[in-house]
Amino acid sequence: MTAQREESTQVLLRELYRQMLLIRRVEEQAAKAYAQGKIGGFLHLGIGQEPVCVGAISALKPTDYVVGTYREHGHYIAKGGSAKEVMAELYGKATGASKGFGGSMHLFAAERRMMGGYGIVGGHVPLAAGIAFAAKYRGKDDVTLCFFGDGSVPQGAFHEGISIAGLWKLPIVFICENNQYSMGTPLYRTLAVADVTERASGYAVARDRFSGEDVLAVRQHIAAAVERARQTGQPTLVEVITYRFRGHSMSDPGNYRTKDEIEEWKKRDGVALARERLKTEFAVSEDDLVSLEAHIRAEVQEAVRFADESPFPDAEEVWRYVYADPSSDPRKF
Amino acid sequence: MPVMNIIQAVNDALKLEMRRDARVVVLGEDVGKFGGVFRATSGLFEEFGKDRVMDTPLAEAGIIGAAIGMALYGLRPVPEIQFADFIYPAYDQIVNELAKFRYRSGGQYPAPVVIRTPYGGGIRGGHYHSQSPEAYFVHTPGLKVVVPSNPYDAKGLLLSAIRGEDPVIFLEPKRVYRAARGEVPEGDYTVPLGEAKIVRSGSQLTVLTYGAMTHTCLEAAKQSEAAGFDPEIVELRTLLPLDAETVLQSVRKTGRVVIAHEAPKTCGYGAELAALIAERALLSLEAPINRVAGFDTPFPYTLENEYLPSPDRVAAAIKQTATF
Repeated sequence: MTAQREESTQVLLRELYRQMLLIRRVEEQAAKAYAQGKIGGFLHLGIGQEPVCVGAISALKPTDYVVGTYREHGHYIAKGGSAKEVMAELYGKATGASKGFGGSMHLFAAERRMMGGYGIVGGHVPLAAGIAFAAKYRGKDDVTLCFFGDGSVPQGAFHEGISIAGLWKLPIVFICENNQYSMGTPLYRTLAVADVTERASGYAVARDRFSGEDVLAVRQHIAAAVERARQTGQPTLVEVITYRFRGHSMSDPGNYRTKDEIEEWKKRDGVALARERLKTEFAVSEDDLVSLEAHIRAEVQEAVRFADESPFPDAEEVWRYVYADPSSDPRKF
Repeated sequence: MPVMNIIQAVNDALKLEMRRDARVVVLGEDVGKFGGVFRATSGLFEEFGKDRVMDTPLAEAGIIGAAIGMALYGLRPVPEIQFADFIYPAYDQIVNELAKFRYRSGGQYPAPVVIRTPYGGGIRGGHYHSQSPEAYFVHTPGLKVVVPSNPYDAKGLLLSAIRGEDPVIFLEPKRVYRAARGEVPEGDYTVPLGEAKIVRSGSQLTVLTYGAMTHTCLEAAKQSEAAGFDPEIVELRTLLPLDAETVLQSVRKTGRVVIAHEAPKTCGYGAELAALIAERALLSLEAPINRVAGFDTPFPYTLENEYLPSPDRVAAAIKQTATF
């Protein structure tokens, strides 16, 4: 590695570490706020899975599209979103990513082409294919990343979406974040063929399967798939093996997994691994990292203050976004 | 002015809008080379090519899902679901994704998809080629639901739907696809969504209807007229948003109401109309509201003429209500 490349890799890894840690701290804070009753609805944390969204999205250019899942706080931040926008949305505040109309599973940023979270498992896969079609139709070289979990794979919509993408040669990368549990049920009890990427052969899409704790490796794998999509229009079905350290949602104590199993996976924590590599391989000082971490802590605290102090949407707003012109709905009487 | 049937009028609207606006694309089963099972997309593939007129796999969730994605990017997709009975595999996409998109993104993403689909019975189609699913969609905030009965409205309403910013379920009355003929202006014009039309003025009672049943009600009105009754027929054209003012005005004038539709009676669209009238014009009523609807059975194969409201059944309801 030349000195220059080494330096740019250091800068890159430092940035990816910053994003991963920010996501983790935001989610830890969200868990606390949920316990305090400040966040309603359902809250699905991706703690443990950060290298997947951060590594994958770092391989994109700004005009590329990201379609997330219901566990998409990390994707939103990796696509350039702020902790404030996420926290305010979780709090249901008018200053949130979706103006308080969505909540945890509905983080949108049109100007950054963050196409939201999706709460119906697998339902977003054909929709992502449609976005990729539109980019191709318009003659743009934008690529769409479509994330989904292993629980999406048996869903009909998953197959319909990937089938259309393969048939029409759409510039899209399907990324299965395989955290090995469909909520509380292990994969071997829900999938007859455990290797998700075997589905690729039926739909003329390329495939790739790897472990997801090394954020730079994730980036490299996804970059290759993104290039393939951009240059040749061939989609790729990617499966990244990962693990969530927390339950499926805040109401899930996770009794279906042993402590030993969780501890074993925590040894492969991608956030800790990135920190370690920064120190050992790239000679980043402990002081530098501590200062970075203090910045993140302050950013999260500021996000909490912002969410706390922001107003809720006005009651009158409940009608606002049903139709383009709210006054066109005569039922509002 | 050329005389067209509804299929030709729909085809004319699609061609006109595709020539005018490169964002408009058509997709669905057999809509391309084959020209659509009812020929509504005939000639589009030849004129606009495979990138704008796409044959899809038999995958309704995939068709509607992809159309939503296209709309989010800024296109104006007009997917066809071959028969309204086949729309149910796409129900999740329509109800959970399409209808809620603008709302759950805090207004950031409109999803202007217009789903065209032939609906209704009277063609000996049996269980899976005859249903009228409008009530499911009217119950879903965020959608608009349009049901034309004639070529002029079909073209004008379709153009309005495609140019609007909201998702639309566009139900085409396949029983009268070819039978309903009329003059249709060449070139551009629109019929706005949300405006009902009085297709027969009358003083004695109000008949509320839409789609293919409009023709049934007009026939029934002839019988009723011969028997000395004078019904007013209000064709709704758009079920959502509903032109409540026109409906209520007519009801307040006549004080008597017959509601006619093909879909099953229970929780059918007529139930909503009846509730609206009860809420806002109860004191004008001089007779119970009378619903003439499909039976609460699966759509029957052999017995479809028993199931479907006939001119005789509507005329009998008119008589019953007028003489109450």
